[in-house]
Amino acid sequence: MNLIIIFISAALINNFVLIQFLGICPFVGVSKKMDSAVSMGLAVTFVMVISAAVTWLIYNLILEPTNMQILEYVSFILVIASLVQLVEMFIKKVSKPLYDSLGIFLPLITTNCAILGLALISVLREYSFIQSVVFAVGAGVGFTLALVIMAGIREELELAPVPKHFKGAGITMIIAGCLGLAFMGFSGLI
Amino acid sequence: MSKKKVTLIQEFLKGIWKENPILISLLGLCPTLAVTVSAENGLAMGLAATFVVISSSIIVSMLRKIIPSEVRIASFIVIIATFVTIADRFLAAYFPDISSSLGPFIPLIIVNCMILGRQEAFASKNGIGRSFLDAFGVGLGFTLVLVLLGTIRELFGSGTIFGIQVMWDSFHPWAVMILPPGAFLALGLMIGASNWLNELGEKK
Repeated sequence: MNLIIIFISAALINNFVLIQFLGICPFVGVSKKMDSAVSMGLAVTFVMVISAAVTWLIYNLILEPTNMQILEYVSFILVIASLVQLVEMFIKKVSKPLYDSLGIFLPLITTNCAILGLALISVLREYSFIQSVVFAVGAGVGFTLALVIMAGIREELELAPVPKHFKGAGITMIIAGCLGLAFMGFSGLI
Repeated sequence: MSKKKVTLIQEFLKGIWKENPILISLLGLCPTLAVTVSAENGLAMGLAATFVVISSSIIVSMLRKIIPSEVRIASFIVIIATFVTIADRFLAAYFPDISSSLGPFIPLIIVNCMILGRQEAFASKNGIGRSFLDAFGVGLGFTLVLVLLGTIRELFGSGTIFGIQVMWDSFHPWAVMILPPGAFLALGLMIGASNWLNELGEKK
């Protein structure tokens, strides 16, 4: 039951993008087309789950017993950076078109605050191993959901008469605000 | 150096308006949106990020001939992470209230694309003096937008500025402004307004 609550809370109620503001850069950058939004969401989810597992092990098996928590940030970011490199090589080998469509945003997953934020929040809340993995899956689903909804709206938006100065980033922010309001409605779920 | 003509003062000023990290380049949006519940938080976040961007720019600029280009991003991130750890410990020791209200967003300065962007685009190619000015300008531009956004949200969301009551008594706070959606709405309007101002400036 506890695990279900963690999952729903990460995916919907405290949606990583719309409520906690983690991972805004790819959210604005990659949400123009539906296909790239879906694959970006999946890539981020994948990196999130693995990095949550690895950083949990590093923190609880190495840093805590040796009292080296001060190295938390440095070691987490190194783990994430090398994982992203790995995923990048993997996607390049398996699917070249996907690799091309993600472009610069693939290496930039390293600087996606959602991933480091996830690892840090897991430590802060003292989640167990299983809990942090479930938390990561929930966060990934929430990220993908927000990205896909946004991409759907932005595809329609191409045809809408948006005021000149609000084209691009301005209107995206305002739509995200409206989506955030909608997602706040989920807070009654638990 | 290709841009020898750019004077030192321009190097400093461009970060504040023309290449403002938030309004123009849309970098570092996550902390911008998350911490600007009040002007005070915005200021603390802005100063912490400015400290990190200046110190890491200086170090990166000093080491720019030693760092191999294949591993430069990883090296930059480790340098940034070190300074963020310093800033985080400092805030936790001297300003525990601010530190706890900013929460995980202090360590998240590490992955602030604005800071990494400056290292990649500027400090790794320029001398120490110019890198310092560039980082200082960008940091100041970042701080200004954060304080402005924090002030707007605090003014409408709780009727105060820096904790001091400014709105009249019967003013009913717009709770949405200090909730997450308010951040998106306020920043969207600010981006629109800055585009409009830029256009006005060009017409003259």
